Amino acid sequence: MVRILRKIKSAAVNPLKSSQPLGAAFAFLGVEGAMPLFHGGQGCTSFALVLFVRHFKEAIPLQTTAMDEVATILGGADHLEEAILNLKTRTKPKLIGVSTTALVETRGEDCASDIANVKLKHAEELAGTEVVLANTPDFGGAIEEGWAKAVAAMIEGITRSGARTRQPKKIAILPGCNLTVADVEHLRDMVESFGLKPVILPDVSGSLDGTVPDRWVTTTYGGTSVEEIRELGTAAQCIVIGEHMRHPAKTLHGLTGVPYAVFQSLTGLRAVDRFVSLLSAVSGAAVPARVRRHRAQLQDALLDGHFHFGGKKIAIAAEPDQLYQLATFFTDMGCDIAAAVTTTDMSKILQKVPAEWVQIGDLGDLEAHAAGADLLVAHSHGRQASQRLGIPLMRVGFPIFDRLGSQHKLTILYRGTRDLIFDVANIFQANQRAPTPEALDPFRNREMPDELRSSPLTRH
Amino acid sequence: MTSLSAKIQDVFDEPACDNNRGKDAKARKQGCSKPLTPGAAAGGCAFDGAKIVLQPITDVAHLVHAPLACEGNSWDNRGAASSGPTLWRTSFTTDLTELDVVMGQGERKLFRAIREIKETYAPPAVFVYSTCVTALIGDDIEAVCKRAAEKFGLAVVPINAPGLAGSKNLGNKLAAEALLDHVIGTVEPDEAGPYDINVLGEFNLSGEFWLVKPLLDRLGIRVRACIPGDARYIDVASAHRARAAMLVCSSALINLARKMEERWDIPFFEGSFYGITDTSEALRNIAELLVKKGADAEILDRTETLIAEQEAIAWKKLEAYRRRLQGKRVLLNTGGVKSWSVVHALMEIGMEIVGTSVKKSTVEDKERIKRILKDENHMFEQMAARDLYVMLSKHQADIMLSGGRTQFIALKAKTPWLDINQERQHPYAGYDGMVELVRQIDLAIHNPIWDQVREPAPWDRQPAGEDDLASTKNGTATVNAFNEFAGATAHRFGNR
Repeated sequence: MVRILRKIKSAAVNPLKSSQPLGAAFAFLGVEGAMPLFHGGQGCTSFALVLFVRHFKEAIPLQTTAMDEVATILGGADHLEEAILNLKTRTKPKLIGVSTTALVETRGEDCASDIANVKLKHAEELAGTEVVLANTPDFGGAIEEGWAKAVAAMIEGITRSGARTRQPKKIAILPGCNLTVADVEHLRDMVESFGLKPVILPDVSGSLDGTVPDRWVTTTYGGTSVEEIRELGTAAQCIVIGEHMRHPAKTLHGLTGVPYAVFQSLTGLRAVDRFVSLLSAVSGAAVPARVRRHRAQLQDALLDGHFHFGGKKIAIAAEPDQLYQLATFFTDMGCDIAAAVTTTDMSKILQKVPAEWVQIGDLGDLEAHAAGADLLVAHSHGRQASQRLGIPLMRVGFPIFDRLGSQHKLTILYRGTRDLIFDVANIFQANQRAPTPEALDPFRNREMPDELRSSPLTRH
Repeated sequence: MTSLSAKIQDVFDEPACDNNRGKDAKARKQGCSKPLTPGAAAGGCAFDGAKIVLQPITDVAHLVHAPLACEGNSWDNRGAASSGPTLWRTSFTTDLTELDVVMGQGERKLFRAIREIKETYAPPAVFVYSTCVTALIGDDIEAVCKRAAEKFGLAVVPINAPGLAGSKNLGNKLAAEALLDHVIGTVEPDEAGPYDINVLGEFNLSGEFWLVKPLLDRLGIRVRACIPGDARYIDVASAHRARAAMLVCSSALINLARKMEERWDIPFFEGSFYGITDTSEALRNIAELLVKKGADAEILDRTETLIAEQEAIAWKKLEAYRRRLQGKRVLLNTGGVKSWSVVHALMEIGMEIVGTSVKKSTVEDKERIKRILKDENHMFEQMAARDLYVMLSKHQADIMLSGGRTQFIALKAKTPWLDINQERQHPYAGYDGMVELVRQIDLAIHNPIWDQVREPAPWDRQPAGEDDLASTKNGTATVNAFNEFAGATAHRFGNR
């Protein structure tokens, strides 16, 4: 069983985490006409905003209650009220998604009742705009928790409760934050190809896919509509992707009785087979020819790709569900996980990560344990470690700010798994060292079979 | 917090600041940061400002005492360049957890973090940044730094600029105060000379100071300390022995320049390395100040010779762009033109300035802008995103020069855009930098994508009369479907 190693250092070196409120804002950004709002200082907001912009290369709607020294001492309820009303007047959003920050949570503000008061006091002014709250202090959790809390908050605050007439073809899908825009698009196509009607919450494929609208919009444009969130209870089935989305699915189940199935990962042949079987069962439709074709392509990719993977040592740093998704992908291809680092110890999925140990920590930990690995897998901040260690970096997750198009990379289902195999194999091929007499000299090269580095004899 | 409040009052009352001198006593006391509107605010906090000013000091470990967001969401995000140490790009934070906050373990964790850094990285100094949460829970970072400095025998400098104290600009100034209180003057150099200068407020973005430094080298002028760009801790600590100083980004570090003049008699002038005439003027000013402080007057002649030679080369290079850029309309959206000499150079090669924001401009600046602009109405305080978008969509400018904040307004309006703020990718300082800026403007405006993205999809074009067949380029359309398709194909395959 995997050992979970807690953090013992006092100084985090090169953080892996992005903050919990950022995760919540990310989820709100997957809703149409949304305006995420941080209840905190202007710096809290501006840092998150800049990071989003660096990742997506898009204008990102994100506002702040601009807590200053006085508000921090006297309480931030007035700032929250003013911000909500200002946003309503200026941008007419369909949803204002409030995330708290460490600043207001350290003060111990009762933001839920503050918001209830605002809604009560300004019911008329706020008509047509939902206001929901996610409690997301920076000193707890990371992106996954923030994302999941925001989705749960939207379901709690907006979805009509009570048992409803179910629409047999309607499927509610709650994707984790590790799914890219391309993943969500592909997921929708896949579900639709069975004649089902998916409602995806949040749906970043409609809002963060980088398009050129013909007018200037200050909120998100595209994403799940508020009306769709309201009617989630009429779905026949809820499908959850990622362990961190179990909580929002439970919330939906508790409110409306919609049953849910959790897929911890949709990457890898077996996981996708299970998913496709479920779709077939729910819809009563046969697996479409196109999907079968994609499966065959993946089979071929496994065959062509496996030469490059066998025995390779992989060092991964990622949020828990993404760590699981990628670690299982690599071990399914014959790799070993030489180092696994993640952000928080709250997720149950960590127990299933196919590694000897998982360190709760930072990119400093990854760098310390990755010497001798063949590949680093982390977000863009892993670039410094990659350079120092001379090990190639595969960029995954958030933020990716030094490569374009990360949102359009497919990582799930048959096609995504196929693409991942090719991406990784190509990194290996691009970084292959030419054989030298020294490296092959039987008298110099006396490595024991169980030592870390892959054999230099492995060439393709 | 009282000492912090006193510091804030002190930096707001800046006698060397033109804006501040223009105010009455009451307005001065209120400081220069405007109250923020919740739900309609933009910009960073005081911590952000302090970090911006100090982080380019390359061999220092910058330790942020905070929950994750302050550092975790913001590290490794600036393009300052280092000629040596890389420690400044390694991120350190105490990453406070809920337990740390509730149990009041912040100070102990900070102390241990300093020890870990000392043991692993052995930097010449650790800068410790306070933030909102650690200020709120009352962590005394000054005391911890003092204790750690004694115990570990290295400089541990408290940077007391929590975000809630105010704006980014305030943070810039509080960072300067920390340098004055704890760093500058703590080390005596053994080789101080009559040609030593400090360059204050130069960040070496994209390494652009390296376009200027060779000019100074040629004149035999030594940069004692460039603060903060590509600085080492010891440079900053011994900066008090320079003979003269140039203040580059005046709004950020004016208190640093003035107090260094008061304490160590280092005269300074405000100047800029952006633009040809400003670069020349800066070199002249440096030489003159050094002569005033006892350097040999022959440097003045050498400076003039270098200026004449370099200017001639730069103007010649720029002339090559006149043909391509004459009559092109530039919208400057920078919060205030900081370098007139850039505007001057652009106009010199025939470009027009069609609009500029005057948010941070002085009265004198506004008069100059009026003389430059053909239409006074194009001077704006701050343009709402939507209005800016409309203006650019109507192609009322050929390019917008601005910071990243308005980047996507230009791009979504399908208008060329060039970053001239801190995130930019290209060095623009000095004579070569000005040529590079014009080259980048040329590349941006003449990129072939603009025609492609502006053209509507074939099926969205308005059907029109036969006469328009020849002019498919202007977006109006053509006779019949077959002809259109044939024409487009021919164009694509034949005419390129």
